[in-house]
Amino acid sequence: MGSSNSSVNNIPNAQELMQETGFSAAHILRLHERFEFLDKHKCGQLRPQDFGAVQELALNPIGDSIISAFFSPGQETVDFASFVRILAHFRPTDRNQSRDGAQQEPANSSIRKLKFAFQMYDQDRDGKISRAELLQVLRAMLGIQVTEEQLQSIAERAIQEADLDRDDAISFDEFRKSLEKVDIDHKMSIRFLR
Amino acid sequence: MQRCGYVHLWLLGSVLLICLISGVTRVNGDVALTHQESRLNPSKSNLNQTEHGHGSVITGIPIVTFKWHHVETPYLVALWILVAGLGKLVIEANHHVTSVIPESALLICFGFILGGIIWGADKVQTFKLTPTVFFFYLLPQIILDAGYSMPNKLFFSNMGAILIYAVIGTCWNAASLGLSLWGCHKGGAMGDLDLGLLQYLLFGSLMAAVDPVAVIAVFEQVHVNEVLFIMVFGESLLNDGVTVVLFNVFDAFVSLGGDKIDAVEIIKGIISFFVVAFGGSLVGFVFGLLISLLTRCTKNIQIIEPGFVFVLGYLAYLTAEMLSLSAILSIVFCGMCCQKYINSNMDERSVTTVRYVMKVLANGSETIIFVFLGISAIDKEIWVWNTGFILLTLLFVLVYRFIGVFFLTWILNKFRLVPVELIDQVIMSYGGLRGAVAYGLAVMLDENKIKEKNLMVSTTLIVVYFTVILQGITMKPLVNWLKVKRAAVGELTLIEKVQDKVFDHMLVAIEDISGQIGHNYMRDKWNNFEEKWMTCILMKPSARKNRDYVFKVFHKLNLKDAMRYVTEGERRGSLEFVRNETAFIDFKKKFDDDFSEVMPDIMADTSDDYSDTSDMRRDPVPSVSLEMHEQTMNGMRPLEDVNSHHLLQQHLYKGRKQHRHRYSRSHFDVNKDENEVQEIFQRTMRTRLESFKSGKMGVAPLKHITKHLKKDQQQKMPNGKSLDKSKTYHSGDEDFEFSEGDSASGFEASASSFPMRVTYRAGAGIENPAFMPDLDPMAQVQIPPWLAEAEVDSSMVAPSQRAQLRLPWTPSNLRRLAPLRISAHSTDSFMLADAPAAQQRDNDQLPPPPPPPAPPHGDHM
Repeated sequence: MGSSNSSVNNIPNAQELMQETGFSAAHILRLHERFEFLDKHKCGQLRPQDFGAVQELALNPIGDSIISAFFSPGQETVDFASFVRILAHFRPTDRNQSRDGAQQEPANSSIRKLKFAFQMYDQDRDGKISRAELLQVLRAMLGIQVTEEQLQSIAERAIQEADLDRDDAISFDEFRKSLEKVDIDHKMSIRFLR
Repeated sequence: MQRCGYVHLWLLGSVLLICLISGVTRVNGDVALTHQESRLNPSKSNLNQTEHGHGSVITGIPIVTFKWHHVETPYLVALWILVAGLGKLVIEANHHVTSVIPESALLICFGFILGGIIWGADKVQTFKLTPTVFFFYLLPQIILDAGYSMPNKLFFSNMGAILIYAVIGTCWNAASLGLSLWGCHKGGAMGDLDLGLLQYLLFGSLMAAVDPVAVIAVFEQVHVNEVLFIMVFGESLLNDGVTVVLFNVFDAFVSLGGDKIDAVEIIKGIISFFVVAFGGSLVGFVFGLLISLLTRCTKNIQIIEPGFVFVLGYLAYLTAEMLSLSAILSIVFCGMCCQKYINSNMDERSVTTVRYVMKVLANGSETIIFVFLGISAIDKEIWVWNTGFILLTLLFVLVYRFIGVFFLTWILNKFRLVPVELIDQVIMSYGGLRGAVAYGLAVMLDENKIKEKNLMVSTTLIVVYFTVILQGITMKPLVNWLKVKRAAVGELTLIEKVQDKVFDHMLVAIEDISGQIGHNYMRDKWNNFEEKWMTCILMKPSARKNRDYVFKVFHKLNLKDAMRYVTEGERRGSLEFVRNETAFIDFKKKFDDDFSEVMPDIMADTSDDYSDTSDMRRDPVPSVSLEMHEQTMNGMRPLEDVNSHHLLQQHLYKGRKQHRHRYSRSHFDVNKDENEVQEIFQRTMRTRLESFKSGKMGVAPLKHITKHLKKDQQQKMPNGKSLDKSKTYHSGDEDFEFSEGDSASGFEASASSFPMRVTYRAGAGIENPAFMPDLDPMAQVQIPPWLAEAEVDSSMVAPSQRAQLRLPWTPSNLRRLAPLRISAHSTDSFMLADAPAAQQRDNDQLPPPPPPPAPPHGDHM
């Protein structure tokens, strides 16, 4: 494309980002192109409205929750580094990575993936999925065929299934336990094109 | 000791079968012989003449004649099916054998024994698996079943890999085997054989197919993980089609002769390969759409609607065969395309029928195929031994399979999100079992064109036996030894399904945001397209509305709970609590005490619900109205009893029993009297709605007693049930649910719930607008309930259809609940009135059903 992003060197902190997220230079370049495409005002920051440019997202029932997952609490904008860090959750887990305890878990480990999924529900970031939060997601996904009453019972049942300490909410541990049998790696990875 | 018993059983079974078969074949042989004789010498024996009706002299009218030849063919077919079935029965009875040796291998061995007996009796192999029988009558149903029960999502998400394995892998297998054998031939490894390069390639192509029948038979027993399973399964299905195509192309080349083949012919061959494969799939697709369209409008002929699926599936196969396209691919795609739509278009019972009949047919022909593969071996004529040829074929088949799989996986892994692991690759390669398709093709070879046909047939048989028996037996230990990731077996949970859906949406969104056009993006586009067009055209409007996946799972789980609850209640001796709130309370109290250790999970649910409902978020009904309601109900009870008996006598149809057992070919239920059916329908509907309403009324305010399961029963169940009624009612009177207990108690039940209705109308809070449409028409009809007219009736049906629930995989649950619940009620109320003895019995386990309701509430509040 333009001359400005022909090389990784033009992207600030590119090397660190690559180190941190495991994306290759080609990935970073490509994502940067995308970032600049979304960034209509060329200010190096994305606001929630900018994501609206992606038309398919409007059709996605949980598109809003996903967009809000890009913004850390209290912040109105997201810069390129955070953008890449969020997307790094969706890289397939590296198999042959050495796991030394000192290092922080990489973003694409299954626990971090799960954490991301958990935060999709946990809009108020209190570490628990409350009934209302679950209902909100369910309502978005199930659409019009299901009545409100049925939605409530579904939410209730889902909470009961996962809720081990009977506080009427799902904590992260409970969430992880309930999805023990699911191959998170498989379900939460996409192929990033070079 | 037990083991010994099994062995005895097995021996006994085999001996019985042997006797049976030898008897039959003897009879067959004898009769054939006598038949010939009688033909030759028409006047020789009186007996023969009367027996076969050939005689010119008629000595009198025979009372009974023995006409074996009249029935011979169908009789033998039926007998063989029976024998194969019995063989399977005996084999399956021995679990410790089948856990070591796969069933398919045992069936082949069983075939050996049978073949030996036949050989001993006839000295010639009378029964063989002929290509016509195999390809026209045995194979289609197996493939249709595989296509119909294919996990579509899994298949399409691994589609690329499966296609690569199936097309390129098969071509590789065929070419490499043919060329290597030819090379060895040139090198002089097999002595003097009249075979050219083309013949070797033809042989290679028929050996290339991994057989779905054999593979599924083995892989089903070892429960490997789903990705591995779908790879092997999908590959084996598709490469059958590919092999047949390849075989036909090479067959044409062989007929053409080596010297006439030039570049043009080869290109034509390659083009024909693709045309045949894709054309076949297209034919299947079209037929799949046809079936879906047809099941949209079979509402009035539900009895035969399952038949359409089979007939059209078979027609898809034959049509493709007629157009010389790939019949196997055609029927696979036919099954895959139509499954979703027919499952939601047809009645649940029809879906169950389709599933079961499909399994019966597929399993039956699979059994027959294996038995006949064994029998075919015992034939002196086909056995031509050529050590070099046979051993080299075995070696090459195995080696090239490994090479092919590893090479293709290596390429694929560069593109796959989750790479196929090394262990999985080993299993995939080792799972390359050859089967009946190869044998069928080998037998189809033309002896005039290929002189060494018998060598090829016997080699094919040996490869089949080697792979099915030896590799089949060693597969399980290998899977264990390599620690292959197994399929996770676990309970279905709602949260998992919800999360699945969230994951799907999330991946699509992330692909959108990061601007990738990936797998999820494509799937999302396809889903949208399907949603917009396909379901619109192919699905019934009513079915379209309620097929939300998560909701279905939810409903299924609830049904399971309800079933368990009822079972538990029955074990306790009475289900009265289901109908009667007051009894329920006491039952619950007792239940809590007695069974908290027996059913800890249900109890856990209960305690959970304590906290849920006690904060009154969802049921803001003032407790005062509850007490009033209970009192009214109590006061009304004697009056209501009198009323109900009176009304029962007046309005019950007489002599209903006479109709009941009449036979009808096209309907399950033979109640022909329209009025009666309508009345029963209305009464039952009312009962359901009343109990549903009263469920809401009665349950909601009793904070401490309200329980998850109870709600399922009283809110969800009547809802689903009444809807179900209304649906079947529409389609005529064939609903056999209007059974004795149902209809007899229908009215009585509705009468008994009058007081509840009164309280309801007195203005207790029903906060959910969703149920209002159901309630409104009720208000109109409630005064003369059994005399309601047709239009009222339709107004009752309409709203319920709107919310109608469908549950494809557990079709019988609702029905099992329905009679239970009602009959429990009727026995209770009748018996309590008339038979003190019965009450005594009930009292052992339950407190008297109508206890004063106030004290228990007082306790809890």
